[in-house]
Amino acid sequence: MARLITRRKLLLGLAASTALAGCDAGGTAKAFLAGMERWNERVERLLFSENRLAAEPPASELTPEADFPSYFVSDSMPLAPDNWMLVVGGLVARPSVFSLDQLMRMPRTGMRIRHHCVEGWSAVAEWHGVAIRELAKTVGASRDAQYVEFRSFDKGYYSTWDIESSLHPQTILAYGMNGKTLMPDHGAPLRLYSPVKLGYKNVKYLTEVNFLANRTGGYWEDLGYDWYGGV
Amino acid sequence: MAGSGLQIFAAYPALGPLGGKYRWYPFQDHAPPSWLRFGGWLAGARHWHFAIAWFLIFNGVIYLIYMIASGEWRRRVFIPSRDTSNALAMFAYYLRIRKTPPPEDFYNGLQRMAYTSAILFGVVVVLSGLAIFKPVQLYWITAAFGGYDYARVVHLICLVLLASFTAMHLVLVALHPRTIVTMVTGGQRG
Repeated sequence: MARLITRRKLLLGLAASTALAGCDAGGTAKAFLAGMERWNERVERLLFSENRLAAEPPASELTPEADFPSYFVSDSMPLAPDNWMLVVGGLVARPSVFSLDQLMRMPRTGMRIRHHCVEGWSAVAEWHGVAIRELAKTVGASRDAQYVEFRSFDKGYYSTWDIESSLHPQTILAYGMNGKTLMPDHGAPLRLYSPVKLGYKNVKYLTEVNFLANRTGGYWEDLGYDWYGGV
Repeated sequence: MAGSGLQIFAAYPALGPLGGKYRWYPFQDHAPPSWLRFGGWLAGARHWHFAIAWFLIFNGVIYLIYMIASGEWRRRVFIPSRDTSNALAMFAYYLRIRKTPPPEDFYNGLQRMAYTSAILFGVVVVLSGLAIFKPVQLYWITAAFGGYDYARVVHLICLVLLASFTAMHLVLVALHPRTIVTMVTGGQRG
């Protein structure tokens, strides 16, 4: 009999605490979801390891190039101007402007990586370019920089990352794909690429990299997608 | 969880990687009907899915701890040496092959089998979900499922199995309405 009462009390208690939790969250689903997104970001940051490398799938798993999606938000494919340069600024000792040749002369990082899109598909490609951690050293990024903002010439497409994911050894500014020069349909001349973030965080058609103390948003993030977007 | 999961699935209603979709899956590129989905769009569904997931995990962990700590698992978990013949007899009774139900104490063998497998599906749905959520940081879970795209397959199969379990459960409760009282109160100690 003692047990029977316990079960009833438990159900009543659960019903009451659910009602209370509803009030605590502000009574709206929006506040609840915003709170849970903050909680999820904490969990994702906890799971993230700066030195854990994403495994490289075998070459046999490379996605046929015709099947690797290309996408941009402009009405037509964005093409880089002839005088294209990458502007690196923010909390750095030496704000700089880089030509593609200058970036290519920096230490090169290459990898074969499975891409994870927020939509649920995956695809494998090889990427090569210069690691953000190399770039950060070159420009003397400040310790106060907790975020890195990436801007593009694709109709204002941009995103901001946490500094830990930005300095991951496999986070690169890619100028090559599958052993060849990066083509305009995949973000030429320079795009951000990393296995530790979902596709929409990997900005194509780069123009600017800014080391910042505070986070800004992003193209999809401002529309409602989760800001952290870790993999 | 199911509705927001199907809304997420609708963004890429296919199984297998791009350029290598699995041939055996008969519903490639057929999105689940909109009345089964929840969350409005991909971003909304993701927020709901990743928010409610913690409550599912929290509930599950409390339940499992209680089952083990209280010793309840002994009369609820399907133990093949004890329950197999009873489960088969019950199955035969349901199929009208056998005229009388087999003796039953707290649960019959078939119930134990159904409830134990539902718990198992619950554990696997959480693990395969983590495998899809963090294929790089929790790579060892993803690898245990044979990779990201197979983890998606397992995640979807678990949904189908859990939905079937729930449907069967509801049908049987509708056929035996008196069991609702026992379910809520916990019944007599057997």
